[in-house]
Amino acid sequence: MEDKDRHIIAMKGVVKKYGAFVALKSVSLSIEQGERIVICGPSGSGKSTLIRCINGIEKHDGGKITVGGMELGASAGNIDAIRREVGMVFQSFNLFPHLTVLENCMLAPLRVRRLPRAEARQVAMHFLQKVRIPEQAEKYPGQLSGGQQQRVAIARALCMKPKIMLFDEPTSALDPEMVKEVLDTMIDLAQEGMTMVCVTHEMGFARQVADRVVFMDRGEIVESGAPEIFFRSPETERARAFLQQIIA
Amino acid sequence: MDHIDFSIVLHVWPHLWQGLKFSFMLTVAAFAIGMILGTIFAIIQHLQVPVLSPIVKTYITIMRSIPLILVLFWFFFLVPIVLGYFSSSGRPIPIGPVYAAYITFGLFEAAYYSEIMRVGLRSISRGQFEAAQALALSTFQTYRFVIMPQVLRVTAPIILSQTIILFQDTSLVYVVSLTDLLGAASKIAQLNGRLIEMYVTVAIIYLLICSALSQIVTFLKKRAEPMTR
Amino acid sequence: MFDVLFEQAADGRRYIDWLLSGLVWTVALAFFGWWIAFVVGVVVGVGRTVSSPIVAGVARAYTELFRNIPLLVQMFLWYFVLPELLPTSMGNWIKQMPNPWGAFLPALFCLGLYTASRVAEQVRAGIEALPRGQREAATALGLSGRMAYRLVLIPQALRLIVPSLTSEVMGIYKNTSVALTIGLLELTAAARQISEATFQTFAAFGAATIIYLALALVVHQLMVAIDRSVRIPGTEGGPPRRRFLLSLRGSGA
Repeated sequence: MEDKDRHIIAMKGVVKKYGAFVALKSVSLSIEQGERIVICGPSGSGKSTLIRCINGIEKHDGGKITVGGMELGASAGNIDAIRREVGMVFQSFNLFPHLTVLENCMLAPLRVRRLPRAEARQVAMHFLQKVRIPEQAEKYPGQLSGGQQQRVAIARALCMKPKIMLFDEPTSALDPEMVKEVLDTMIDLAQEGMTMVCVTHEMGFARQVADRVVFMDRGEIVESGAPEIFFRSPETERARAFLQQIIA
Repeated sequence: MDHIDFSIVLHVWPHLWQGLKFSFMLTVAAFAIGMILGTIFAIIQHLQVPVLSPIVKTYITIMRSIPLILVLFWFFFLVPIVLGYFSSSGRPIPIGPVYAAYITFGLFEAAYYSEIMRVGLRSISRGQFEAAQALALSTFQTYRFVIMPQVLRVTAPIILSQTIILFQDTSLVYVVSLTDLLGAASKIAQLNGRLIEMYVTVAIIYLLICSALSQIVTFLKKRAEPMTR
Repeated sequence: MFDVLFEQAADGRRYIDWLLSGLVWTVALAFFGWWIAFVVGVVVGVGRTVSSPIVAGVARAYTELFRNIPLLVQMFLWYFVLPELLPTSMGNWIKQMPNPWGAFLPALFCLGLYTASRVAEQVRAGIEALPRGQREAATALGLSGRMAYRLVLIPQALRLIVPSLTSEVMGIYKNTSVALTIGLLELTAAARQISEATFQTFAAFGAATIIYLALALVVHQLMVAIDRSVRIPGTEGGPPRRRFLLSLRGSGA
């Protein structure tokens, strides 16, 4: 009962299988409102799979996931209600190429929250300003750089005014010069108190912003704790090996 | 070889024009019915809807494996019966050859348009579906606002190519005695014996129209994919 | 349901014999028509890719002509108009040819040359999908234009287009039905005759449908076998095939 009150995301014993391969081996993680979590780990550790289970993009095979008091899979209507409160930013941006930047941002508020067009437009411009590219509103995604596209993707997710933002390796597909602009945007967001769950390799960002770092390896959470402790003196051997690789 | 005189074409032009108009209307009707049904069929297959998806797949396979002439014979026989089955009286409804032709060609083309769009659907990256899902768009909204607009843009040249083929195929209404452009020319030729002039004229008309449309397709293709060279 | 097919018709044969006879004409027309289509199609398709503007132009004109006129119209031109355009003696000889040959031969040439234009497009796309380096390497080795084509370009292009030629082969046996308009008693015509004689429309057209589906299956399996047997080891889905498949998205089968 306490869990539901304090934790905005509660995952207990989550299992995910792809055929015979077990991607998540009974993972448990609880996140409080306003917490900033960074999930890191080697490839294949299941970190992307884990956050994609939070908004149902991947369906978990076992265990229980509760978001904002609603359990995933408990009833059919839940998943839409959950997705309205959870925003997601993808590694490959996934902007809609046939719509302008503004239309990309307006689409969900217009059709899902059923805002009147003028209001949806206002909301969209507000968040485009927030990510610092309001002047690109009438351009098409194909005309923007990678960093700009990812910032539009962040704005698009924010337009639904979610309570939680999920980031799935948001800077991994970007050229190095553009990583900073996206990370700065994410830092602004964190400083405003948004609950964030980020899968990322950017340890500088984790150090600056995260309340907790969660290290995963081969489908399990191996270690988790405050960033300073994790980076300076990790407890487990696997975490140490991973950090050495990253720093090197 | 008798004296060839193309001026008679001008005399009978009103009849040819009537026939050509029917060819156009049939093409347009078949395009509309075919595209709507084809889109639905493609989405059903893409979503792998139980029961419906295999039925649709079977229908498409059959339609694409048998000649259009056979389909014409089948549907002209079946459509009044099927409609009668659904109507109140239960007896076959005589809907007349023109509407039977519209329905037949529409149902036939749906199989071809559906295949084009099914391939187009597969070319849309999963990320587009996931992004729409993450934004809480319903399945219908996802297809209507995000997926199908992209599919139509990508498949437009092939759909136009298929429509040119459809326009040519409408000439087959000859076998069910409907009067399209070729039918009109044939009737006139039987009356005035001017086989050469009539059929060559029909050939030239088709050649001009289809050539022009093909040029448009080539132009669309070049505009859409400047990278593939 | 299909029992009626085994009854006796007015001419002493059973109705199923009418179907089989129609099937023979369908297969004959498709089979021989395909050979004309393949030979002419490869020649014209290659012609479109050579450097000589005259040859390329003629090939292009051929393709445009035969692809943009409906098959039925072409059939009428061959059957009704050609005899009139020839010198009187030749024309009369053609007109006096007894059915079914009087219908089969025009249908054969018509269908062959029509399908050839479609094959030519596939061949052209196949050759253009090959990396330019192939032509350059062949020239560098001293192969003349014709030999470069014969030994290097055409063999590769043909292997590339086997899957898309499948749809042309399927097309040709479906298109044989158009010959019924000039009196050839192929499969669909036979089915219609049975339906008119017995009023058993379902049985007549149903049997024809099943036979066409069986033909489709045979053709498909045959082409899959051919594709497998001519495949060059190590080239599954490589760049030429991918480029070719991409270019197919516009050629409209």
